[in-house]
Amino acid sequence: MKVEQISVFLENRAGRLADVTRTLAESGVNIRALSLADTTDFGILRLIVTDHERAKKALKENGFTVGRTNVVAAEVEDRPGGLHAILTMFSESGINVEYMYAFVQQSGKNAVLIFRFDRTDEAVEILQKNGVRIIPGDEMYNI
Amino acid sequence: MVFDVQKETLPRDELEELQLKRLKYLVQRIYHNVPFYHQRFKELELKPDRLRSLSDLKYLPFTEKQDLRNNYPFGMFAVPRESVVRVHASSGTTGKATVVGYTQRDVENWAGLMARSFEAAGATRADIVHNAYGYGLFTGGLGAHYGAEALGATILPVSGGATKRQVMLMRDFGSTVLCCTPSYSLHLYETALASGISIEDLKLRVGVFGAEPWTEEMRNDIQNKFGIKALDIYGLSEIMGPGVAMECIAAQEGLHIWEDHFLPEIIDPESGEPLPLGEKGELVVTTLTKEAQPLLRYRTRDITRLNPVPCNCGRTHYRIERITGRSDDMLIIRGVNVFPSQIESILLETEGLSPHYQLIINRESGMDTLEVRVEVDENIFSDEIKHLQRLEKKIQTHIKDFLGVTAKITMVEPRSIARSEGKAQRIVDCRKL
Ligand SMILES: [Zn+2]
Repeated sequence: MKVEQISVFLENRAGRLADVTRTLAESGVNIRALSLADTTDFGILRLIVTDHERAKKALKENGFTVGRTNVVAAEVEDRPGGLHAILTMFSESGINVEYMYAFVQQSGKNAVLIFRFDRTDEAVEILQKNGVRIIPGDEMYNI
Repeated sequence: MVFDVQKETLPRDELEELQLKRLKYLVQRIYHNVPFYHQRFKELELKPDRLRSLSDLKYLPFTEKQDLRNNYPFGMFAVPRESVVRVHASSGTTGKATVVGYTQRDVENWAGLMARSFEAAGATRADIVHNAYGYGLFTGGLGAHYGAEALGATILPVSGGATKRQVMLMRDFGSTVLCCTPSYSLHLYETALASGISIEDLKLRVGVFGAEPWTEEMRNDIQNKFGIKALDIYGLSEIMGPGVAMECIAAQEGLHIWEDHFLPEIIDPESGEPLPLGEKGELVVTTLTKEAQPLLRYRTRDITRLNPVPCNCGRTHYRIERITGRSDDMLIIRGVNVFPSQIESILLETEGLSPHYQLIINRESGMDTLEVRVEVDENIFSDEIKHLQRLEKKIQTHIKDFLGVTAKITMVEPRSIARSEGKAQRIVDCRKL
């Protein structure tokens, strides 16, 4: 039920983000979802890709510091209040969302939310209990 | 176990007697044969016979690096140029190079002292010595080279560069002793891992590391990574080259300065006054046996202290403590004396940090600012910003607690700090004073 996400440390220098996307393109890896969190000095790029092993290897060979995390991808209807309903479930059970990002699928009907929780297994259980569809890793990599 | 048992274990009174005898002869030689010293003595209204005991040394003039530059290239020679069989030079980052000449006897003494240093490291003729110090005008390469030969060991003159090949040679030849700068040893380690060579495939047992300041934490790091004993060697090309002082493997606590050839003093770098035995200050060295280019009270600018406590290896020569800084590279930031080695210690004590760092000093509207750049490798990387910010805060607090200086901590990508094959560029001082 979990999705492998890779993260890359980036200095706030012109062209570093492009260096990552070029490295991935050259190794034939497609990006499925991404988010960039940054401070004044550095940024952390989080990515879900078609082949995280290959992406990680290519990035490391190009001198990047790469990490790996398990995240959860949940599908919600793309309508007002969709996200709010989910966040309420977590706050009620005391689960922290460390960070999240979202994107809308090509079909345009549903939004996909990517979550990083402090207690992933419990969060997954709550989502399932509330009938939220969780997108399995294999499906995410091939969206 | 002791290369020159007689000289290395001389009782202190006999050692001092030998030092005085050699010092008197030295003062005669430089007074008569080196115009620079003759002039200096005349200015101070001193005659060589002013020196009656070792404690009279304090009346004699210092020699500074600038004096060597002013007498470039051969003005400091105490023998005719024809008697000089070799010349080394250190590249001056500013201005002229510093030249050092050696007679046949000087190069033999040097090889002997370097062999003595290798033996203090536990090396024998059975060892294979991988020498990655640069060969050339720099004294490191050839100094270690002839020392290993004098010991009868097998020397591999690999010099610097082509790091990947070096690691392969170390493995294929079964090298047992590694000679290089401490930072280069870590570079070798990283290269070994990156090229799929396991440390278990190496036969290294001891490392003789020098030519740049390092810390106890860095020593532990190297020892753990390679599974070897890492020992500190000291030398200065102006004085001779590597092999002026060497840590013994028996105690691994301070470097025996070879006092039958070098007379050490510790002075206050500001006032020039000698400090009581055991106090920390600038190391000043007088060469007792050098023929071609003897130096009187040479100011090394290295900060250390002399340890007179008898060593359990049996050698009677005093030990100098690991060099903790240089009196000229000491940074004064907002009035606080900061040695880069102190910051390095703090970083290495903070869990998971690599020893690669850089200090950037600026002056913004009259205020000094210190920025510490730290490389983010996989050990400390997290995909959550707050974790990295917490680490920044922790380093900042440690630096503030230990040094009293507020530093800005910047996380940078691995290898973004310029790292030559030898010395990493640790300090960038952008202040225009
Ligand atoms: Zn000892």
